Amino acid sequence: MTEQTNVAKATEAHRSEEVLTPPVDVIEDASGITLFADLPGVPKDKVTLQVEDNTLTIEGAMDLEALEGVSRFRRVFTLSKELDGEKVTADFNQGVLKLRIPKAAHAQPRKIDIRVS
Amino acid sequence: MIYRTLFPRDVFAELDRLQRDMQQAYEFSPSIRGLARGGFPGLSMNTTPKSVEIHAFIPGLDPAGIEMQLEKGVLTIAGERKSVLPGREDKATVHIDERFVGRFRRVIALPDDINPDAVDAHYRDGVLHVSIQRREAAQPRRITIQ
Repeated sequence: MTEQTNVAKATEAHRSEEVLTPPVDVIEDASGITLFADLPGVPKDKVTLQVEDNTLTIEGAMDLEALEGVSRFRRVFTLSKELDGEKVTADFNQGVLKLRIPKAAHAQPRKIDIRVS
Repeated sequence: MIYRTLFPRDVFAELDRLQRDMQQAYEFSPSIRGLARGGFPGLSMNTTPKSVEIHAFIPGLDPAGIEMQLEKGVLTIAGERKSVLPGREDKATVHIDERFVGRFRRVIALPDDINPDAVDAHYRDGVLHVSIQRREAAQPRRITIQ
């Protein structure tokens, strides 16, 4: 019986902590990666970005009085080695997060000259 | 708007169809307007005794670009979301492309007792909040016994 109650409680806790996956666009160009994420209803101060051990975590909490419960957004990406996680810049406007992750200087494309001997 | 696809390998169309079939199976009277393609923007409608509250999740729009119309008890929200994806001439690669792009239009049938002259709409943090007052007569009133 006790076990069953625990299971029920765990399910409830899981429901109240329901996490939404925001849709994203990821575009790569020669100097880095640009990421756009839709986080509607999240105020600027409730967006959390974290880069740790090549892992980028995007989190946001919705803040809508009229809607019951608070919905959270969360999405995690693994960055590859050539990306410079320390130089990420972020811009947040009307529920859209724009991240720019530059490539490390040594990973920037270089033209390689072929010497003719 | 949604047809059984001509291209049987279009997995998204198949999922759309599956979703409709599921809706038919569990809800015996689905809305006559069906499901919007891709379900954009996400909508929520709540009613209180005094008002009808609608939230539409449309991130990244200019409020001036959202068209809203209320006619004969039907609310229409329409607009367009521009693509951020690079063009063919740009030397860029798109790795993930999930965000909605293009024109959208959603239609919501409202309760009969709304007051079309008392509509309030705000756009904040990518959410459009529409609040429509209901008529006095519809609100519960306490009747005193003489």
